[in-house]
Amino acid sequence: MNWVGANLDLVVELTLTHARLSIVPILVGFVVAVPLGVFAWRFRWARGVTLTVVGLLYTIPSLALFVLLPPIIGISFLSELNVTIALSIYAVALMTRSATEALESVDPAVRGAANAMGYSGWGRFWAVDLPLAGPVLLAGLRVVSVSTVSLVTVGVLVGSRNLGYLFMNGLQRGIVAEIATGIVMTVLIAVAFDLLLALVGRLAMPWTQGAGGGRRSRRVARRIALTEGPT
Amino acid sequence: MNLFLDALAWLTDPERVTGPNPLAERIGEHLWYTVLALVVSALIAVPLGYLIGHTGKGRQLAVLGSGAARALPSLGLLTIFTLIVGVGNAQVAAIAVFVILGVPSILAGAYAGVEAVDRSVVDAARAMGMTETQILFRVEAPLGLPLLLGGLRSAALQIIATAVLAAYVGLGGLGIYIQRGISLRTYDEMLGGAILIVLLALIVDALFAIAERVARRAIGSAPSRGRPRSERPEPLSTDRQSTLEEIR
Amino acid sequence: MSIRTVRKGRLATGAFAVGAVLALAACGSGDPLAPEDTGSESGDGGAATGPIVIGSQAYYSNEIIAEIYAQALEADGFEVERQFQIGQRDVYMAAMEDGSVQLIPEYSGNLLQFYDAETEARSTEDVAAALPDAVPDGLAVLDPADAQDADSYNVTAAFSEENGITSLADLADFDGTLTVGGNAELESRPYGPPGLSEFYGVDVEFVAIGDSGGPLTKDAIRDGTITMGDIYTADPDLATGDFVTLEDPESMILAQNVTPVVAADLAEAVTPTLDAVNALLTTEELIALNASSVNDQQDSATIATAWLTDNGLL
Repeated sequence: MNWVGANLDLVVELTLTHARLSIVPILVGFVVAVPLGVFAWRFRWARGVTLTVVGLLYTIPSLALFVLLPPIIGISFLSELNVTIALSIYAVALMTRSATEALESVDPAVRGAANAMGYSGWGRFWAVDLPLAGPVLLAGLRVVSVSTVSLVTVGVLVGSRNLGYLFMNGLQRGIVAEIATGIVMTVLIAVAFDLLLALVGRLAMPWTQGAGGGRRSRRVARRIALTEGPT
Repeated sequence: MNLFLDALAWLTDPERVTGPNPLAERIGEHLWYTVLALVVSALIAVPLGYLIGHTGKGRQLAVLGSGAARALPSLGLLTIFTLIVGVGNAQVAAIAVFVILGVPSILAGAYAGVEAVDRSVVDAARAMGMTETQILFRVEAPLGLPLLLGGLRSAALQIIATAVLAAYVGLGGLGIYIQRGISLRTYDEMLGGAILIVLLALIVDALFAIAERVARRAIGSAPSRGRPRSERPEPLSTDRQSTLEEIR
Repeated sequence: MSIRTVRKGRLATGAFAVGAVLALAACGSGDPLAPEDTGSESGDGGAATGPIVIGSQAYYSNEIIAEIYAQALEADGFEVERQFQIGQRDVYMAAMEDGSVQLIPEYSGNLLQFYDAETEARSTEDVAAALPDAVPDGLAVLDPADAQDADSYNVTAAFSEENGITSLADLADFDGTLTVGGNAELESRPYGPPGLSEFYGVDVEFVAIGDSGGPLTKDAIRDGTITMGDIYTADPDLATGDFVTLEDPESMILAQNVTPVVAADLAEAVTPTLDAVNALLTTEELIALNASSVNDQQDSATIATAWLTDNGLL
């Protein structure tokens, strides 16, 4: 791996930029999608429409979205915002479905028990529904995080500087080690973010340790972790 | 002046039939890569998923593997694979990338389908003297078909969207219009290509939706397969319903 | 979700798809190709205030030249910002025109044809003479370097020998399908398939390979996926003898001297620095720079520093 040693500065710089580019879409995805998910979950009529919209957004190829956004929203096509906004849209699309499913994964029996104890409306939401949906929400967020980190690389095709640079530059110059480094660093960022999110989840939801969490929500969480993916 | 009208004009220009990069050819390539990758993914993922679902072992491994597969950037894999196998075999490289993309969803669909079958049905089959292989192929696999189709559907959609990258290693497909659009700043061509890809995705999505429906109806109308729906314990059956949605 | 609502969902998806695309497109009214007012301070001496934004093509060799310009300007006290690997000409020239990029190394002939497809200029001198009037107002072109890096069509030595083809003019007598490979944009360029047809009466099939004449294109020529590939003439691999570069007797491809394009209000300030660089930049030097990148696998900053130091400019 001569190449890595000789280009350590470049690799570090691109890795940091890549991580920075990934963070905003992940955060936006979470902040926007959770209310959307709540909306789709609380109002049955909204569910179909919301999930259809996010499902459709997800079929648009990322590369097309990167280049179509500038003329549509009127920003310079060299702006870093293009990639940020496009990936935020994907993150919201992915996360909204997860958030809806997270809330639906809460056992109706538990909800019934909460009602019987006198909880109602938003009180029950904050005290019962949201905490119980937590593990599935986290599973969804982890998927969004990994997908976003991976998708950022496609931005290089529209001039965004990130680890994807190593793919196209390595391709032109025929340097396999350069491309391999790009892949490895992308995976490392994804793993680092994933561990971080797992840690945050553990701190925020100490009850998910040990026996808690519920079979049903574990199953949903696992399925979300398996089936959703980047496009 | 309107982007969408420009794209429509581009799409309906006779040049799309007679000129370079005819639509039919590029759509054909795109579909071919998708179908090929889907079949190869299924050949790998379905047996593996059935194994996991039937034995109940290796689920954590599947989740871990899927996460790892998702973290791998498709563009990087495509460039490195093509560089290694040579551009003459670029198709092999591209299919390998799309298979890595498709396997996790199909794996999940296959194993979730088997896993969601009511255990009492499986026990009944066992009591009737069925071997494990018979249980898998006569009971679990047919009952799990709708979920498997859901997994295939999700994989197909991801592959259709990602096959755009194939254009960068000389494989054409619908990505060629987007690639050309980016290089030449021709927004009509770019948007036209994107519309075609979205349409293709919607059509494939609809076909899988129909297949899922047919599969579910077939299960529902087969009286000999397990107990009637209504007798199933309620939580499990709603769980199954929601599982179906999750897979999508 | 019941079966019936699933079906409705599908229909809704379809209907929504059309609606969404319409809505998106409606928002994007206006000509996206028209230079946008990005609010940058172009036109009123942006140079004096902010750093000079230097762009490069999505091509490793162009990035090396851009990096050399950047370091030379930094050494002369200018503040620069690098916006490398933007893409192809249509994209970065739009960025030059709207002022978001202020300096980029260009190749004279292709740039001239980009703004004047009908130009008759072919030689280094004629192209250089025609360029200043061809580029849009607000942009200036500096004197070209000796270094050229032109598109060229290359076949394998074996193919050339077997078929007695050494020139694009020989292709007309070749029976069989001719397949050309190159970057996607080549298909629409005057020196691409349209030019081959116009100048040499040769109709070709085109395969887009997006590595700018890199290893994939060369592989494709070697293994027969394509008959000939567009490789840039400063590519060190052309010296290996594996390929025969077809001659261009009709001068379909113009002289391609490395030429800085710069925001007009900056031209005077940067001319001494860039002229000093360009005076030393020959085709041999450029091939050597490219070899440092491809063969020695050095990054553009290292290559640029070494070259500038060797030439006494740092």
